[in-house]
Amino acid sequence: MTINPSQSNSASQSPVALGQPQTGWQTRLKPILITFVLFYLGFVLFIPALNVFVQAFSGGMSGFLHTFTQRAFLNAVKLTLWMAIITVPLNTVFGLSAAWAIGRNKRFPGRALLISIIDLPFSISPVVAGLMVVLLYGRNGWFGSLLDANNIKIIFAVPGMVLATAFVSLPFVAREVIPVLEEIGTEPEEAAKTLGASSWQTFWRVTLPSIQWGLLYGVLLTNARAMGEFGAIAVVSGNIAGKTQTLPLFVEEAYKQYNTQSAYAAAVLLACLAIVTMVAKALLERKIDDKGKAE
Amino acid sequence: MTSSSFKKTTSQSTNQSAKLAIPSIPWIVTFGYLTVMLIVPTAALILRAVTLSPSEIWKIATSPVALSAYNVTFGTALAAGWINGVAGLIIAWVLVRYEFPLKRIVDALIDLPFALPTAVAGLTLATVYSEKGWLGSLLVPFGIKIAFTRMGVFLAMLFISLPFVVRTVQPVLQEAEREVEEAAWSLGADQWQTFRRVVLPPIMPAVLTGIALGFARSVGEYGSVVIVAANIPFKDLIAPVLIFQRLEQYDYAGATVIGTVMLAISLVMLLAINLLQAWERRYDD
Repeated sequence: MTINPSQSNSASQSPVALGQPQTGWQTRLKPILITFVLFYLGFVLFIPALNVFVQAFSGGMSGFLHTFTQRAFLNAVKLTLWMAIITVPLNTVFGLSAAWAIGRNKRFPGRALLISIIDLPFSISPVVAGLMVVLLYGRNGWFGSLLDANNIKIIFAVPGMVLATAFVSLPFVAREVIPVLEEIGTEPEEAAKTLGASSWQTFWRVTLPSIQWGLLYGVLLTNARAMGEFGAIAVVSGNIAGKTQTLPLFVEEAYKQYNTQSAYAAAVLLACLAIVTMVAKALLERKIDDKGKAE
Repeated sequence: MTSSSFKKTTSQSTNQSAKLAIPSIPWIVTFGYLTVMLIVPTAALILRAVTLSPSEIWKIATSPVALSAYNVTFGTALAAGWINGVAGLIIAWVLVRYEFPLKRIVDALIDLPFALPTAVAGLTLATVYSEKGWLGSLLVPFGIKIAFTRMGVFLAMLFISLPFVVRTVQPVLQEAEREVEEAAWSLGADQWQTFRRVVLPPIMPAVLTGIALGFARSVGEYGSVVIVAANIPFKDLIAPVLIFQRLEQYDYAGATVIGTVMLAISLVMLLAINLLQAWERRYDD
């Protein structure tokens, strides 16, 4: 996504150097298009994003901090962190396995189908994902009576929320790691094996270091989605304040009850998560770019 | 397969030895996890739907509320998709071809809708575009209301699907060979002809892929829309919110049927996106 400055410089100079007629219309078009882009992004993205921070602190620091003392809010923060702590490792282990299976085996029947299945959660509505979990583990679901008999609660409880969150954030790691694995090829791993390394040693010392940035990128996206998921969790959680409410659910609830101050205090926290994710993403992209150039 | 290339055959045989050497744990994890997390839940939805009689399914799937919800969902998502198709193309063009202050930051911020939780997006859009909001108040004199109307649904979909076209078109534009454009100009093509006949064709698959990805995302969106819309049936109620409301009323049959319709449409979209990407790869070669 980053643009190599030297490349774009030479690109913008070349029409001038050639002295073609396009320089005229291009210079006329340039300010118009840039203005359009800034206005469009301003109205749709920038102003709404800025508003989150302005609203959060509009009641002053004390109003902002007041939210942080509410029990429901603190529980929501805790539960949001738990969602990430449980689902990120699960999806990372799965993502690595799937990436290895797909990236290291170029031909097997159903390879394209497997990739499509892994991508499925991106095209299924989160609400439908939540509905699926309810139909499986809910009172009237497939496993409902079995769970009831053993007194295990999944729907309207944390386990259901974890399942829904894991569902919607499932593809990220596999998606980011597959291309990296394909690119590095099998030679380094084979060399390690020839030198007598075991499968685990090869994985930890050879494969993992070469896919680390792509992996980290996938983990980052999984984490952001796990903490920010709303639709799927709303369906399975029952939205019980202080018990099954994550931060995004807290935002909606507070807003619906005209407690705008609290809604924005929680929203700012989630917006900071988004900023951290984006900055880390930019840094990682630079790392991946540098690596690509070095090779 | 009877390739004479020595390198190819060696890499293939070692590939096979690697397959034997590494235990099949990754395969077990992959299929086990996919089965538990994805395949069984999807089967639960479909099998639950088919326990109903066909006439019941038809009645629920085509009830007036459901039809109106599909209409709002797909009509609005399509409109947002096309607007972002055009705007995304212009944004990608500006980011690739022009230099201006703060360009890198603008470029990085395009990803905001991917990173910002949808509840926050809905909250801030509802505030900014409400009648008392920064931008909503400017539209009041013109009699335009955005928050809590179908326009609000449109705006939320515009927000969440914005990055897709930009991010699919950007790399293709970066790789486009500008010599071809210059050749077209030097052969006497005017600017519009050059754009339409030379620049546009190779990036068209990327634009359509981006629109399709954005459309698929908008169709399934719940978080931002539920907050910015009033969710009134026949007005601005979208299908995912309708599923949610059906579940709240313990109408499992209703939720399941409409959920299955949405799932079927997701699968069709996924197929369309795969075909578009295959078309795009043909341009690469």
